Amino acid sequence: MSTVVRAHGLSKCYGTQRVVDGIDLAVHEGECFGLLGPNGAGKTTTLRMLLGMTPPNGGELTVLGYPIPEQARQMRHLLGVVPQQDDLDPEFSVVENLLTYASYFGLHGSEIGQRIEALLDFASLRQKASERIDALSGGMKRRLAMARALVNDPRLVILDEPTTGLDPQARQLIWQRLRALLNEGRTLILTTHYMDEAQRLCDRLAIMDRGRILDVGSPSELITRHIEPHVVEVHGEGVERWREQQNGHNLMRSELVGETLFCYTDRERELVESLCGHDGLQYLSRHATLEDVFLKLTGRDLRE
Amino acid sequence: MMPLLRSFIALRWIAVWQRNGRVWRKLAGPALLGNIGEPLLYLVALGFGLGALVGEVEGVDYLTFLASGFVCASVMNTASFEGIYSAYTCMAVQETWTAMLHTPLDVHDILIGEAMWAATKALLSALFIIIVAAFLGAVEGMLALAVLPVALLSGVTFAAMALVVTAVSRSYDFFLYYFTLLLTPMLLFSGVFFPVEGMPQWLQQLAQLLPLSHAIELVRPLMLGEIPQGIALHLLMLCGYGLLALLLAARLIQRRLHR
Repeated sequence: MSTVVRAHGLSKCYGTQRVVDGIDLAVHEGECFGLLGPNGAGKTTTLRMLLGMTPPNGGELTVLGYPIPEQARQMRHLLGVVPQQDDLDPEFSVVENLLTYASYFGLHGSEIGQRIEALLDFASLRQKASERIDALSGGMKRRLAMARALVNDPRLVILDEPTTGLDPQARQLIWQRLRALLNEGRTLILTTHYMDEAQRLCDRLAIMDRGRILDVGSPSELITRHIEPHVVEVHGEGVERWREQQNGHNLMRSELVGETLFCYTDRERELVESLCGHDGLQYLSRHATLEDVFLKLTGRDLRE
Repeated sequence: MMPLLRSFIALRWIAVWQRNGRVWRKLAGPALLGNIGEPLLYLVALGFGLGALVGEVEGVDYLTFLASGFVCASVMNTASFEGIYSAYTCMAVQETWTAMLHTPLDVHDILIGEAMWAATKALLSALFIIIVAAFLGAVEGMLALAVLPVALLSGVTFAAMALVVTAVSRSYDFFLYYFTLLLTPMLLFSGVFFPVEGMPQWLQQLAQLLPLSHAIELVRPLMLGEIPQGIALHLLMLCGYGLLALLLAARLIQRRLHR
């Protein structure tokens, strides 16, 4: 398996602020790699460096075998980008947007005609082919941006928050399409704020905060590594008293957030049993998720 | 300079030029009216109206004198508007340039494509005014066709200057500085409406620094079927301003978009 992105000690400063602080990254061919992190973690700057849009202050970076930013132009022939903000051409129809974007890659006329037909189907936009952009919904625009990123048949597709602002139906469709791209053997790199999205789509992901990578792994690896397999969320009257009773039983680590007590445990049955008879308490027992890991690593740390 | 030259030769900028052409075709009606209709109205009104008072200027009737000035003024205005409003919209509002930079195009390709497109529009507006001027009897001989390459070159120069302003602008309001402090004085003191020889010596010398003066000194004789004097100097000034502006714009846009 070859490596599509390799970064070593990659850094970017704006003034005295180190936005990306010496990160190492390796993204393998054919995988979906996620970059997760709170706002200001350095995700977008990292993506911009991969694209050759932002020159790094330090470190080494190769994308698809090309040193970046030196040979970014050659690399971009093999790259597709789906940006966070809408940058479609508002004067153009759906098809004209695709044709114009293809022309930036030097693709013209009949060679691109068939590809655009296929992309209209891929994006489920055949009915809208000659509509202007302002006649499209948010989901359609995002699908068009994805189709546009594929005109040059890229090996690597980079997506910055591909489903932000979309309704659940539109998100589902985007996810299906992203899986289709993976099945075609393309490599995907995406950023997201949605943990469910990352857990569903990503083979591996990196959790970033304050310009550093805190950990890298598959969603299940990260969960196993950082957190107990079960979470019981308890709230209601007397939750503090119940928590004190549990001290000494060694069943859990717990954290009070607002009104809710988050209990992290690998003995969830015993814990739930101990809740019986406490009429004032309500609880939700569930598997640990990426969100729990994310919050542990980047946010409110556990108090015991 | 080398990246600019390499980009020009590689012709990737044509994709940018074509994209702008495609947008223009959608909006050609109002665009044509603004770029060509307005100068024509002024030409006819001032040419006949003022011409009746002024009589002959530099040995030709006023309409003829004014026509060549208007060709150049129209080139300047058209290229400047394109380099400012359209380019700024693409860069800062619609993110079109960012989308282009995600493809094999780079800042130099975009810059040359934008400047060439603005110059193309400037050329078209010059052509229309020449045709109308010919109908009004203000053009002598086929040498007037040599105005077209001059219009294209001047168009690139004025577009490049406008792109420098675009590169440093934070909003549309900023452009007023450029219009008021540079374009309007240039329009008034470069010999569009009257011969510069009528102005004080120091003002004449200042006018010699303005690119529009040099465009007019080339275009005016050509419209009358005469070979201009000092061709080399005028071309050098136009090329010099254009090249310097392109280099500066490239540097500034690079810094702005490749943060």
